[in-house]
Amino acid sequence: MPADFNWAIGGEAGDGIDSTGKIFAQALSRAGRHVFTSKDFASRIRGGYTAYKVRTAIDPVQSVVDRLDVLIALTPRTIEENLDELHDGSVIIYDGDRSTMADVEIPDGMVGLDVPLQALAEEAGGAIMRNVVALGAACAVTDFPIESLDSALQKRFGGKGEAIVENNKEAARAGRDYVHEEYDHEFEYELETTDEDYVLLNGDEAIGMGAIAAGCRFYAGYPITPATNVMEYLTGRIERYGGHVVQAEDELAAINLALGAARAGARSMTATSGPGIDLMAETFGLVATSETPLVIVDVMRSGPSTGMPTKQEQGDLNMMLQGGHGEIPRFVVAPTTISECFWKTVEAFNLAEKYQLPVYVAADLAMAVTEQTFSPDAFDMDAVEIDRGKVVDDDTIDEWLDEKDRFQPHALTDDGISPRAFPGTERGAHMSTGLEHDELGRRTEDTSMRVEQVEKRDRKVETAEETEDFEPREFGNSDSDVLVVSWGSNEGALVEAMDFLEADGIDIRFLSVPYMFPRPDLTEDIEAADEVIVVECNATGQFANVVEHDTLTRVKRINKYDGVRFKADELADEIKATLDTEEVSA
Amino acid sequence: MSSDVRFTDFKSDKQPTWCPGCGDFGTMNGIMKALANSGNDPDNTFLVAGIGCSGKIGTYMHSYAIHGVHGRSLPVAAGAKLANPNLTVVAAGGDGDGYSIGAGHFIHAVRRNVDMAYVVMDNRIYGLTKGQASPTSREDFETSTTPEGPKQPPVNPLALSLAAGGTFIAQSFATDHKRHAEIVQEAIEHDGFGFVNVFSPCVTFNDVDTYDYFRDNLVDLADTDHDPTDYDDAKDKILDSSKEYEGVIYKDEDSVSYEQKFGVTENMSDIPSGAPDDAMDLVREFY
Repeated sequence: MPADFNWAIGGEAGDGIDSTGKIFAQALSRAGRHVFTSKDFASRIRGGYTAYKVRTAIDPVQSVVDRLDVLIALTPRTIEENLDELHDGSVIIYDGDRSTMADVEIPDGMVGLDVPLQALAEEAGGAIMRNVVALGAACAVTDFPIESLDSALQKRFGGKGEAIVENNKEAARAGRDYVHEEYDHEFEYELETTDEDYVLLNGDEAIGMGAIAAGCRFYAGYPITPATNVMEYLTGRIERYGGHVVQAEDELAAINLALGAARAGARSMTATSGPGIDLMAETFGLVATSETPLVIVDVMRSGPSTGMPTKQEQGDLNMMLQGGHGEIPRFVVAPTTISECFWKTVEAFNLAEKYQLPVYVAADLAMAVTEQTFSPDAFDMDAVEIDRGKVVDDDTIDEWLDEKDRFQPHALTDDGISPRAFPGTERGAHMSTGLEHDELGRRTEDTSMRVEQVEKRDRKVETAEETEDFEPREFGNSDSDVLVVSWGSNEGALVEAMDFLEADGIDIRFLSVPYMFPRPDLTEDIEAADEVIVVECNATGQFANVVEHDTLTRVKRINKYDGVRFKADELADEIKATLDTEEVSA
Repeated sequence: MSSDVRFTDFKSDKQPTWCPGCGDFGTMNGIMKALANSGNDPDNTFLVAGIGCSGKIGTYMHSYAIHGVHGRSLPVAAGAKLANPNLTVVAAGGDGDGYSIGAGHFIHAVRRNVDMAYVVMDNRIYGLTKGQASPTSREDFETSTTPEGPKQPPVNPLALSLAAGGTFIAQSFATDHKRHAEIVQEAIEHDGFGFVNVFSPCVTFNDVDTYDYFRDNLVDLADTDHDPTDYDDAKDKILDSSKEYEGVIYKDEDSVSYEQKFGVTENMSDIPSGAPDDAMDLVREFY
C-alpha cells in the first residue's frame, strides 16, 4: 500500500458525519499517526450530501489527494460523489438493511462490506451509535487497534457519562467483530501506530489559541461560516485569562465593539467571512484613521454575496488590500498553514499595536475547517512575544504634551508612529475621530495638516518595511528555472505536489507568501526564473495581479474557483500542463 | 480620581459651532455637570459621540473620547466599558444617529444592559444636513425631503427601550438645566444601561417642536406621584402620546449590568509580556 491512507465517511447533513469523522481522526492522532482532514459539506443542517475525509500517514501530511481507500457510505450518493477517488481494492462499508442502501451497487473491483450498522448499534444500546459501529468495522478493515478508538470515544463522550462511553466502545467492538466473523477477506490496509503524541486542531482553533497567547482579551463577533469556530473556541477559554467574548447583533456592531475595547487598551479582535468584511468596511476606515490597533480575521469563503458559504475561495484579497473609501494603510497577513494560523495571529497583534492600525488576518475555509496533527512544540508558548508599541503611562506622558499640556495622540513623528494613552492615564484625555484631525485628534480641514497626517500614516508602512521581516517561505530547489508563487492554504498541496513533480524529473522553486501588505519584493526572484506561475483559489488572479504590478512582469496563473481546494496530485498535473504551454506573450 | 473636579474641567478649549440657541448647549452642560457631580474626572471618562450636530459634543468636551461612525456609538461604548470597567462611559448622539441608522444597535444595547449612559439629543430633525425629517419627526412635518410630511408615525424611543427590556428610561429638556443634569447623573449612576432622551430643540430647522412647544406641553414627573419602579405606570406614561414627560419614567431597581452577570471586572489592558503562564494547557487540550 502507499505510505498514506485515505478514509471517509459520507451521508446526509445531520447524520453526524462530522463528529464521527472527527472521532476517527482523533483516534489516529492518539495512535501517533499524522492526520489531515477535509470536509465536503453543504450549509443545510439536514438534507445535503456531506463527507468527512481523513488522510493519514506516519510522516506529516498537509494536503488531500484524489484517492479514497476506505469509505463508510450512509447514502448511495456518497458512493456516486466519490467514484473518481475510489479505486480497485477500495473498501465500501454500508448498511444493506437501510432501505436506501438495499440495492446499492458496489463498483467492480471494490470490496463491499454490508454491515448491519443500525441493528448492531441497537444491540449495543441505541441506533444513534450506528456510525460508531461503522468505525469499529473500519478498524477491522485497517487492522487498527480498537483501543486507540476507545480514547477518542472517551474524549468525545466522556462529558456524557461513563455508561455512554462504554456503550460506544461496545458498539465499536460489535462492528469490528462482525467484519472479522462475516468476511474472510485479507484486506490490504494496515494502520501502524507510533509512540508520538500529536495535537489535532483546525485553523479557526489555531487562530483563537493564537489570540489568547498574544494577550487578546476582547472578542466580538457575529456567527458566520466558516469563522464561527474562532468565536466558539474563545468562548469559555478567554474568560480564564480575564477576557470576554460578545456575540454582537451584527458585524457592524462586532467591529465597533472591538474598536471600543481597543480604544480602552485591550488587545481586541473580530473574525468573520466575506459578507461580514463587507459590513465592517464602514468602520474599518474609522479604525484606520483613528490609528486604533485591531485584528480583523477574514476566513474567506466563496463569494460574491452569499456565494457558496461552505466552499473554498481566496477571493477577498482585493477587498482587504483596497476595501473602504479613501486611502489608508492597513496590514494584511496571510497564514499559509494551520500552525501558522497561530503564529500569524500572534504577529498580527504585535503589528497592530506597534503600527497602530488594523491588521487583517487573511485565512481561508480550506485551512479553517481542516484538522491537522502537529507536535505540541509547533505551538511553543515560550516563544510568544508581546510588543505593545508606543504606549505611554502617567510617568512617560510628559514628552507628548503640547505647550498647553494637551496630549497629542496623532503627533507628527519621524517614524509615523504616535504615542498611545489608554483611558485612565492621567493627563492623557484626548479625542479621536473619523474626521481628518490634527495632532490633538481634533477635526481639521487645514490643507497642510491634512497632508502631514496622510504622510504620517503612510510613513508607518515605510517604518514597518524597514523594521519587520516580511519574507516569503521558501521550498524546493532555489536554483530552479521554474518559480511557483502562492499564498494562503495552498502551501501544503504545493509542497506535496513537488514530490509528484520530482518523481517526473521536474524540480521547482516555491515561494509561499504570508504577507500580502506590506509584502516581500519578488522582483529579483521573478527575474531569475524562466517560468513564473502564481497559484491561487480565485478566478481573476488577485495575487498574481499584485505580483505583476510589483514586478512589472507578466506571470502565468493557475486559478481554481470551483469551491474546492487544490489537491496535491491535481496541482502537480496543472503545473506540468502550464509548463507545457507556449510562453504567454507579454 | 480627584474630588475637587468641576464641571468646567470637562470643557475643551474649542468653541462650539452649534447655532446660537441650540438645545445641544444645555444638553452638553448637563452631561458635564452630571459627570462632575458623580465624582468622575476627564481621565476616567470615555465619551462616544455619534454623527450629526450632536456628534460634535466630543470635540467641545474634554475627556477620553471617540467620534465614531454614524449610528454605531453604542457598540463602541459597550466595548470600551467591557474592556475597562473602571471607566465611566457615556454615549451621546442624535435622534437620527440613535433611532434611524443606529436603531438596530439601540435595541440590542438596551437588552445587553452594559453599565453606561446613553444621552440622545432629540431635536426631531436632521440639522447638520439642513433640515430633513428624522425618525422622531411628526407625521405631517414638512421638510425638503418630505414636502407633505413623512406620512409615517414617529418612533417612540421610550417604548422601544421598554420593549427591549430597558432598565432605566428617562426623558429631559435641555434648558431645564437642573433637572436635566440630575436625570443624566441618575442615568450614569444606574447599574446598567441608563437611557435619557433629551428634548434638544433645533432653532434653525424645526419650527414645530420648539422651546415654546416643550415648555407648554412638558409634564415633570417630579411634580406628580409617578413611581418609576412601577412598570405598568411607566408603560402607561410611555405610551401616552398626549403629553411630553420629563423625569425618570422607568427604573428597574434590581437591574444587574451585563458585566456583572458575566463577571467582567478586570481592566483588559493589563496583559503579560508573553503568553499566559499556563498557555501550554491550551495546546494539550488538542491531544
